[in-house]
Amino acid sequence: MEKQTAFIDGSRLMIEAAVQAGAEVFVGYPITPANLLYAYSSRRFPIVLPAPDEITTLQWMSGFSAAGRFPVTATSYPGLALMIESIGMAFMMELPMVIMLVQRLGPATGTATCGAQGDLSLLHGINSGGQPIPTLCPSNLDDCYILAAESVRLAVRLRCPVFLLSSKEMVMTLQSYDLSRLEPIERVPREYYSGSEAYLPYAAGADGVPPFLPVGGTGHQVRLTASTHERNASLQHSTPEALENTRRLRFKTEHNLHDYTLYEYDKRESDTLLFSFGITAAAAREAAASLEKRGRPISLLVAKTLFPVPTEYLRIMEGYSRVIIAEENQGGQYREILFGKNGRNGVSGVNGIGRLISPNEIEAEVDK
Amino acid sequence: MSQGFLSTENLPFCAGCGHGLIARSIEKALQRLEHLTPLDLVVVTDIGCIGIIDKQFNAHTVHGLHGRSVALATGISMGLSNPRKKILVLLGDGGATIGLHHIIEAAHRNIDMTVIVHNNMLYGMTGGQPSGLTPCGFKTSTMPEGRPDSGMDLVKMVHGIGAAYARRIIAAGDVTDALEEALRVRGFSLIEAVELCPSYGVKFNPGRKLPEITEGAGLAPVLLRNESVEPFHTTVRDNTESLLNDVPVPAVEFGHKLSGKVSIILAGSAGEGVQSTAELLAQAAISCGLHVTKKGSYPVTVGVGFSLAEVIFSTEEIHYTGITGIDAALVTSVEGRDKALARLEKMKSGTIYIDSALYAPGSGAEMVIRDYRAPLGARSASLLCAAHFVKRSGFMPLEALLRALSSSRAGKAVDTDKLEQAVCELEREGGAK
Repeated sequence: MEKQTAFIDGSRLMIEAAVQAGAEVFVGYPITPANLLYAYSSRRFPIVLPAPDEITTLQWMSGFSAAGRFPVTATSYPGLALMIESIGMAFMMELPMVIMLVQRLGPATGTATCGAQGDLSLLHGINSGGQPIPTLCPSNLDDCYILAAESVRLAVRLRCPVFLLSSKEMVMTLQSYDLSRLEPIERVPREYYSGSEAYLPYAAGADGVPPFLPVGGTGHQVRLTASTHERNASLQHSTPEALENTRRLRFKTEHNLHDYTLYEYDKRESDTLLFSFGITAAAAREAAASLEKRGRPISLLVAKTLFPVPTEYLRIMEGYSRVIIAEENQGGQYREILFGKNGRNGVSGVNGIGRLISPNEIEAEVDK
Repeated sequence: MSQGFLSTENLPFCAGCGHGLIARSIEKALQRLEHLTPLDLVVVTDIGCIGIIDKQFNAHTVHGLHGRSVALATGISMGLSNPRKKILVLLGDGGATIGLHHIIEAAHRNIDMTVIVHNNMLYGMTGGQPSGLTPCGFKTSTMPEGRPDSGMDLVKMVHGIGAAYARRIIAAGDVTDALEEALRVRGFSLIEAVELCPSYGVKFNPGRKLPEITEGAGLAPVLLRNESVEPFHTTVRDNTESLLNDVPVPAVEFGHKLSGKVSIILAGSAGEGVQSTAELLAQAAISCGLHVTKKGSYPVTVGVGFSLAEVIFSTEEIHYTGITGIDAALVTSVEGRDKALARLEKMKSGTIYIDSALYAPGSGAEMVIRDYRAPLGARSASLLCAAHFVKRSGFMPLEALLRALSSSRAGKAVDTDKLEQAVCELEREGGAK
């Protein structure tokens, strides 16, 4: 196919892909650097609503999701902070939705126009109880398109909120990009409970995911709740059935993780593995190519599924005496999630804040 | 009552609590609505004593976060967008306090739902603390002297913001008629039902009666309507156009003389075309078969101050979009120069194209000093400087930039002939200083 090179940003691809995949409602509250996502959504989504704040955003989204319409929003840390209780609610009610989180430099309002990869520790522990919320992280424009659609599919598949995690430069930097690479995306089918027996909204099969049914239909009563509950959604303090349901919420994302462990692994004959994700993966790719050119090839692992943490990453890392983890934050948040405070012999990080991690810094770490 | 909206008459409330009385009236009011079955009703609740009633309903039930039930119900109402369905929100005065702006928002948009605020004037589930709707003089566990100031008049507020129907009632006896009237409203209706909590309200306010408490606090029963307000309607646009359809795809019709990569920065002021010029350079580069990236940087108040853009041109695919070494800097205003100064001073090679009115930074770069602001005006200073850079560096033809300009919106404002002529004059002005 003939090349069709255009000059575009990741926001455009994310919104286009999400809509093609079946996302229907964008609830927006403006925040830098996520505004382009809102702007594109206002042109492309079938339903677009301006919310008065981020708590309302998540509540409206949950209502739409309960009514069977797939919602999306885009925000950055200050907005996320307001959303967290409601994200927990949507997770507990098991409502499909996508939250596009664009990282910027914190803490607090920090620097709105400066990118970062500083929200990983927060996302890792976002639920009281520690249940991970599936989080996908695009590493280039191809991923912006593919993973936005995948996040919609995953939210429906797992019946839960999904984060699409990026950072300022991933969604705002314009790049020449060959549009002929983009395959049309199939709309994610919504399959609803169609049994004749009473619908138990939290009765799951072996995969831990209960069938979904929107509220408002005349076939079955639907109950949804954010409180600890049994399979029929009846609120319970801590009955064995209710606690089993709470355990299932963790089980369903981890048990099905093999379905959505997404990464690129470029293996070389080398003792060194370079690991990165998101915007820093671009620098990692350039560093790896440059090292190869000068006769010092290294393996490269670009993670695209960040949470739940795929244990496959650790298994791959076991094969290397040196592992270098590059991420744009202070102290290496994902490195700490993988290896704890003690770290591991041979594991080091390339970190920084307030600027992109450069290929030169990564090469320098490899050359040490 | 198994065919009714409530599955049982045994409700989980304390003896003498108004919640039970209201619930029984809700049942009767719903029964009076023609053609409404339990599965046409969505009951939305949140935290607080009234919140645990969802279990008793044969309707769809959604039990959410403290005070967020109205926002959650707003999403459900907008999502279903079906006048045959009833959305009923049951919350307490505590929930109405923490979620006040959700109520105001829903009332303002006249979202189709009925909200019943069970105002027992305190937080019953947590020990009887005062809420925003606790009236003046009413005693609570943490305010045993009584509330010194006035409680909020929720009914007046939602009426003021545009709700179709807002009413305060005393929850005594049978309140079916009032509830039926509210449930028949198309759009947003709210009932504030004032009750006395038998556990804490009576304990801290012995002997006091509801009419005396409410009237004394200026919160007597009232009905306020806004006539002829339309309920919110969810607009659904089918077949919106793909975002990939309106992106320019420049044909590759020019060659280039680039080997490797060139990184430039454009440093100017807001309103002087820095960002649009950077994008034109990119479109031109694509028409020469090059890879290109562009990043913008400007203050959060986008209309004033500096405006910086970074552009990378490359013969290879670009992964890392940061700039490590600047090959050329196009500096067209004081604000741009000051913002980029540290980076300009670090340049050991490359070229700085700078407006002649500006103090040139000390640097190892070659300096090209011209008047970029006067020939076509300040608004085109960045464009003229970029065109001069293209012409002088020669890595892509000026014609590519002119073509990109003429096919852009900016092209309508700038005469490409004049631009080309101005570039030629700048070139004639002589060599580098």
